[in-house]
Amino acid sequence: MSVTIEKPDKSAAAPETARSARSLVDAVFRAREISIAGALVLLVLFTWIAEPRFLDDQGIKDLLLNAAILVLLAVGQSVVVITRNIDLSVGSVVGLSAFACGKFVSGTDHGALTVLALGLLVGAGCGIVSGALVSFGRVPALVVTLGMLYIIQGVDYWWAQGEQINAADVPQSVLDLGSGSVLGIPYLPLIAFVVLAGTAYVLRTYRGGRELYAIGSSPEAARLAGVPIRRRVLAAYVFSGAVSGFAGALWLARFGTVVADNAHGWELTVVSAVVVGGVAIVGGTGTVWGAALGALLLTTIGSALAVLKVDSFWQDAIAGALLLAAISVDRIVRVRMTRALTKRSAR
Amino acid sequence: MKLRWDTAVGVLLVAVFLTGLGTTDGFAGRDNLAFAFNDIAEVALMALPMTLLVVAGQVDLSVASMLGLSSALTGQLWDAGWAFETIVPIVLLVGVVGGLLNGWLVTRVGLPSLAVTIGTLALYRGLASVVLGSNAITDFPETYAKWAVDTTTVPGTFLTYPVALFIVLAAIAAVVLHATGVGRSLFAIGAQEDAAYFAGIRVKRVKLLLFVVSGLISAFAGVVFTLRYGSARADNGQGFEMLVIASVLLGGVDFDGGKGTLFGAVAGVLLIGVLKNLLTLNDVANEVQVIVTGLLLVASVLTPRLITTVSAWRHRRAAASTS
Repeated sequence: MSVTIEKPDKSAAAPETARSARSLVDAVFRAREISIAGALVLLVLFTWIAEPRFLDDQGIKDLLLNAAILVLLAVGQSVVVITRNIDLSVGSVVGLSAFACGKFVSGTDHGALTVLALGLLVGAGCGIVSGALVSFGRVPALVVTLGMLYIIQGVDYWWAQGEQINAADVPQSVLDLGSGSVLGIPYLPLIAFVVLAGTAYVLRTYRGGRELYAIGSSPEAARLAGVPIRRRVLAAYVFSGAVSGFAGALWLARFGTVVADNAHGWELTVVSAVVVGGVAIVGGTGTVWGAALGALLLTTIGSALAVLKVDSFWQDAIAGALLLAAISVDRIVRVRMTRALTKRSAR
Repeated sequence: MKLRWDTAVGVLLVAVFLTGLGTTDGFAGRDNLAFAFNDIAEVALMALPMTLLVVAGQVDLSVASMLGLSSALTGQLWDAGWAFETIVPIVLLVGVVGGLLNGWLVTRVGLPSLAVTIGTLALYRGLASVVLGSNAITDFPETYAKWAVDTTTVPGTFLTYPVALFIVLAAIAAVVLHATGVGRSLFAIGAQEDAAYFAGIRVKRVKLLLFVVSGLISAFAGVVFTLRYGSARADNGQGFEMLVIASVLLGGVDFDGGKGTLFGAVAGVLLIGVLKNLLTLNDVANEVQVIVTGLLLVASVLTPRLITTVSAWRHRRAAASTS
């Protein structure tokens, strides 16, 4: 992909006085998360006014449940995208892991934690292969993970042979994980939130996390600065794989029914969540909070359209148009902001 | 000597072809060859503009959705009693408009093509289902269907009309990419967009044109697909975008832009087609075919890398032993 080179932001060189007065405004405009959150709030308000049931207890629960799995996948994906790579195999990893977990539990009860651990391991295994190919093979991530998408999907289909796991085969302990809640909040969104907050903390605070941004914004500079690029990129892929596998186990818990092509085609939804969430596809910028908000926005659009009784044939088209509008507006606002900031600092 | 990957894919294609001739009954038959190549006609057609796009550092993920939209439109208009001769220009025009939207968002708004075309992937597929819902239109008469099916061939050859058209378009694309100024500017844009701009290439106009051509060909592929299966559906060709990109990348076109040959891309498309046919004839399950496609793709990027590493290692060893 070509890299769009942005004009350097000169505002950092502005005099101290001007900076402090405007820093709050700047911060608001610079944080891309805020514009996504704003869009999300508007969407929810609008839908709520049109259909009050959208935000009753069950409505909120459904919103959170629908978003949980996509949020997890978006968190994993953004860690990879921040390093200027991509993982297109996530959808097939979810499918494989959900089926593996379903096979493992059908008829017997191993407890919910064992199932989650199994999902995590299956996903991490896939992540190690993709990661090793990308980091040690030094080959384009898109090609490798597209290949892995086919390979994992093929293995999954071949294993399943058209077989399907039904909710009746899945033990209650696992199903409870998908339907149960604590203090009125379902487990799934709670788990997603914990993973999200943990990942955000590590990316922000730890050296290893910061180094992922360094790799993404300039691999060459990162190498010269002594960042162990291969190890970090491998770790990012293992993380993304593990999170996807974990999401697969949660998929089983939530739906009970698993077929071989679960989450088929989700890789593009996940990437669009990440892009909408402000994680630049060319690496180096963005936060997992933004990506999670992007995922929440995408699933909320779907729920809102369903609640507003928009003909289901229209839903894909509207979701696509909104996605285009969101990234275009974001881009235009950012270009204007950069221009304004440059002008101001020149004064 | 440095082995070029696109040559290697060409050799591999010939090897697979010869293996088919030697081992599989019915592979060499005229009917089977016509079928094998016609079966990938749409992917092959869409791979041509995709090659030019990827060389220029862009990508169009919306091609398969445009195929679906065009298929849905063809079906709906046919069902409404329009003449096929009127339907085709309208559908092609829709392809051009779709390509313009992609190109406009990339060049005017300045968004990455991957992000834009993920959006239009959903949008065009959505519009397809708005147009046709979950219906299927199937009653296309033989007069039109015969131009796409594998039983009608160009007289004297085993080439079907879509494949013959592909050969003509591939020749044109090869000349454009490798023998004209426009082709050179694509490599320049893919290698270093800013440098290309300062060197006087009208980067935006070239990119816009590429997306328009991609939309146009995808819409055309939709008509071909509809006639070939005799069925117009909104979900026709779902997931084809991955197959198109996989074929192009398999042919050694560098996803980072600036490198690749049209010969390689064509060899990549044909390799996937011939292999699929050969595996099907030998009763290899569809799941295994998917795995083989994936392994090929991984091998296509890994092998050149391995060759370089090994030759560098041997070079070092040779240097060490002589000193």
